[in-house]
Amino acid sequence: MSFTGTTRTTPSTLSRWLGYARSNPATVFCAGVLVIFLLIALFAPLLAGDPLKIDPAQRLRPPSDSAIWGRDHLGRDVFARAIYGTRVSMLVGFSVAILVTVLGVAIGIYAGLSTIGGAIVMRLADALMAIPAVLLAIAFASLMNAGLLTVIIAITIPEIPRMVRLVRSVVLGVRQQLHVTAAISIGTSGLALVWRHILPNTLGPVLVQATYACASAIIASAVLSFLGVGLSPEVPSWGGMMADARQQFRIHPVLMLYPGVLLSLLVLAVNILGDRLSDALDPRKARRSGL
Amino acid sequence: MTSNPVLSVDMLSLEFRTSGQCVHALDKVSFSLARGETLSLVGESGCGKSVTAMAIMGLLPKNSARVTSGSIRLDGTNLIGLSERQMQTIRGNRIGMVFQDPMTSLNPVHTIGMQIAEAVRRHKHVSKKDAWARARQMLERVRIPDAANRLLAYPHELSGGQRQRVMIAIALACDPELLIADEPTTALDVTVQAQILELIGELKTELGMSVLLITHDLGVVAASADRMMVMYAGRIVEEGPVERVFARPSHGYTAGLLRSLPGHGAQRRGLLAEIGGTVPRLDKLVEGCVYAPRCAFAAGPCTAALPPPRQIEAGHRSACIRHEAVFGAMADNDIVRSWA
Amino acid sequence: MSAFLSLRNVGKDYHLARRSPFRPRPVLRAVDAVSLDVHQGETLGLVGESGCGKSSLARLIMQLETPSRGAITLDDVDLAGLGKADLKAARRNFQMVFQDPYASLNPRMRARAIIAEALRNYRTGTTADIAARVDELARQVGLGAHLLDRFPHELSGGQCQRVGIARAIALNPRLIVADEAVSALDVSIQAQILNLIIRLQAEMRLTLIFVSHDMSVIAHVADRVAVMYLGRIVELGATETLFASPGHPYTRTLLGAVPTPSPARRGRRSAPAGEMPSPLNPPSGCHFRTRCAHATSLCAQQVPTLRPVMGRSIACHHAETLPAPQTYPEVDHA
Repeated sequence: MSFTGTTRTTPSTLSRWLGYARSNPATVFCAGVLVIFLLIALFAPLLAGDPLKIDPAQRLRPPSDSAIWGRDHLGRDVFARAIYGTRVSMLVGFSVAILVTVLGVAIGIYAGLSTIGGAIVMRLADALMAIPAVLLAIAFASLMNAGLLTVIIAITIPEIPRMVRLVRSVVLGVRQQLHVTAAISIGTSGLALVWRHILPNTLGPVLVQATYACASAIIASAVLSFLGVGLSPEVPSWGGMMADARQQFRIHPVLMLYPGVLLSLLVLAVNILGDRLSDALDPRKARRSGL
Repeated sequence: MTSNPVLSVDMLSLEFRTSGQCVHALDKVSFSLARGETLSLVGESGCGKSVTAMAIMGLLPKNSARVTSGSIRLDGTNLIGLSERQMQTIRGNRIGMVFQDPMTSLNPVHTIGMQIAEAVRRHKHVSKKDAWARARQMLERVRIPDAANRLLAYPHELSGGQRQRVMIAIALACDPELLIADEPTTALDVTVQAQILELIGELKTELGMSVLLITHDLGVVAASADRMMVMYAGRIVEEGPVERVFARPSHGYTAGLLRSLPGHGAQRRGLLAEIGGTVPRLDKLVEGCVYAPRCAFAAGPCTAALPPPRQIEAGHRSACIRHEAVFGAMADNDIVRSWA
Repeated sequence: MSAFLSLRNVGKDYHLARRSPFRPRPVLRAVDAVSLDVHQGETLGLVGESGCGKSSLARLIMQLETPSRGAITLDDVDLAGLGKADLKAARRNFQMVFQDPYASLNPRMRARAIIAEALRNYRTGTTADIAARVDELARQVGLGAHLLDRFPHELSGGQCQRVGIARAIALNPRLIVADEAVSALDVSIQAQILNLIIRLQAEMRLTLIFVSHDMSVIAHVADRVAVMYLGRIVELGATETLFASPGHPYTRTLLGAVPTPSPARRGRRSAPAGEMPSPLNPPSGCHFRTRCAHATSLCAQQVPTLRPVMGRSIACHHAETLPAPQTYPEVDHA
């Protein structure tokens, strides 16, 4: 039951965003963290020195002016490697999220609208989901040549069934909604029906799933590099840094801590943002959250 | 009527505060309900009739709803200010409540017998066996055939009408003095609606309880209430015995409601009298009559100051300074004529 | 006069999920052998309680469901026989107004886009033409121009219903099916929307099928009324005749149960016995016989057909011999 009046006017965009920021500090903080990571990834060469330069004479040196987080077992600048490692994580995370969303939504909508095609797609998805995602990614990565693209593809494929499953179940619900029936009755059909009425109403859950895919891709890429699959060991990545640091863990635990904390911070920011954004993008919920 | 009422609400004002917004949901609501009486609260959605019921039951969200003044007395005890624990001994025990949607008010995973027995054991110290015996007795009382077997049925196995009967059984399991029925028949078909209204009426007489019947349907009021109150935008605008309010509608809003009913007097396919505009936002208190901007009878003084409720005739009060004009215009209305 | 819309023995079955692997799938007969003629420009009221099949029938007429049996013809064209493109072309002629004003509008589209969609689907003109037509439609349904840029949740129920009506009349249809179009609205708003529908019908010379469970609304708008019970039409006749002297026992029950603000209803015990049986397992013969005071063994054996009795059609074996009905002056418009 609504106690307020039935209509209200919409305030200006800027004041709406400001109001939203004031009432959702956590969201703003997470967005800020993400933007900082993005800037770090973009401007890595300006922020740090050469992450590849090996200098055995300087190995395992404590922090100094030339390497503020110290040097690793090959004498490489840990700070530079961590900064450049952001690039791998962000690139893999975002590419996988985008690929999973595009492919997953397309396949999921097809599965939701076609009875027979849907059944086939869903059995395939079930089969793929029966295998642990990381195992599947390792298998795909070892079939292809080492490289970033390999990592992205290897992580994307096991993530798709999750998205397909979600999109299909949402589409099955949206298809039954009265406004879709109403659209059919005024002659909307085929792609227009999907594009105008079904797709926009699946966006909320899809966005949340995409951020989870992004977060799990960042972790999966770290796991792959940790295991030495996909990327060659000299490419700076957080997973690779942690694998290297493992040997010195008892003497120099801090080497493990730097990439570990960065990884956790990024994944946390992405996950929280996903939750909040799905609310903010829903015009019905937006008013409640103040956007 | 006034001697020792079961429920008396006095000058109750209540507001909702959420993130900087303030909504004045109830404004100086006063009424009393005598023993054995059925009082009906009529109004459109958002007028505050359900809020009134929730306030009496102490079910409003504590963090946003705030009673700014007034009292709610059940047998003389003020319910405002009672702790949640104290309210629990009253709710379901001395006040029973039936809601609009019988499907969502019942727990789908428990049998109806268990749900009635639970309601009994929550307030009365009786054995499980006695509680189940009581449950069976209640099912018989609400005229569910084959009660002994139906005790073990789940809510989804019952029809809408039967579920509402079960809700009534639960509400009455502890012999409350007061039953609050919030749109109890709105979700039901007309033939079932008639059965449920009849049942509530019969049980009221059998058990000697009072009923606060909340509805938007003037037909329901006419069929089952003794007295009625018309509510608009958080205020009670007219109050009186049902036959007097219908025979002599004395508030612009009551008149508007009566005139907008289809199938009554309006020439078939002719235009129905509309109430123009929309319900006002309740974010600030209005000085004069809240209904004046939409009222067909409004005059200058209407918006100036809040008209105090005035006695039209014995027990019939209206907060309308134009009540003479309203009645004059309504005298030839078919519904009014049929009650005269 | 040849009928504009004609239904011949239309039926619709829904096959439900199997309850047990050893039993056949239960069949719900939502609509059972309905034959009906609707004439150009008239308003047919379709009334009954929930589960009687009135909404299913509305959706069958709208070609939102395919009938299991029978034929629906509009201007002597069998709608079931049309191909995809022809059906889309035919849809321009019949449009629907839905019960739930919020749910029937896409929450992510603004009012303007919702109304314009039909026009875009049929490419009725340039973008500017369509925008001008949307403004005109908004004026026609009494929707303020400033409301066109709002989302459904920013509108009131009555305003949403105006958007739904504007969408339905955008293509100048000849038939409007209104499925409980005012049931979800408050009385004062209900009067506004009923007035609007009646005015538009006169202006656009629309044929109207008005589906409702509310007898007073039907009495107000309909020229003829069809009363449905468990998938079948039990009585069909002119509104005045039917309300003045209901013929079928079910029609009498229904009219007797309507709570009207009339002193005649006070304290009277009028509630009918029993509840509607499950449509999955309806009684044999006449579906109403289990609740009917006049039922005989014949009613259990034979399905009564709709036949002309006393100036209207009644599906009752004993229509002629039933005692005279009670009259209901408060809904009597004769």
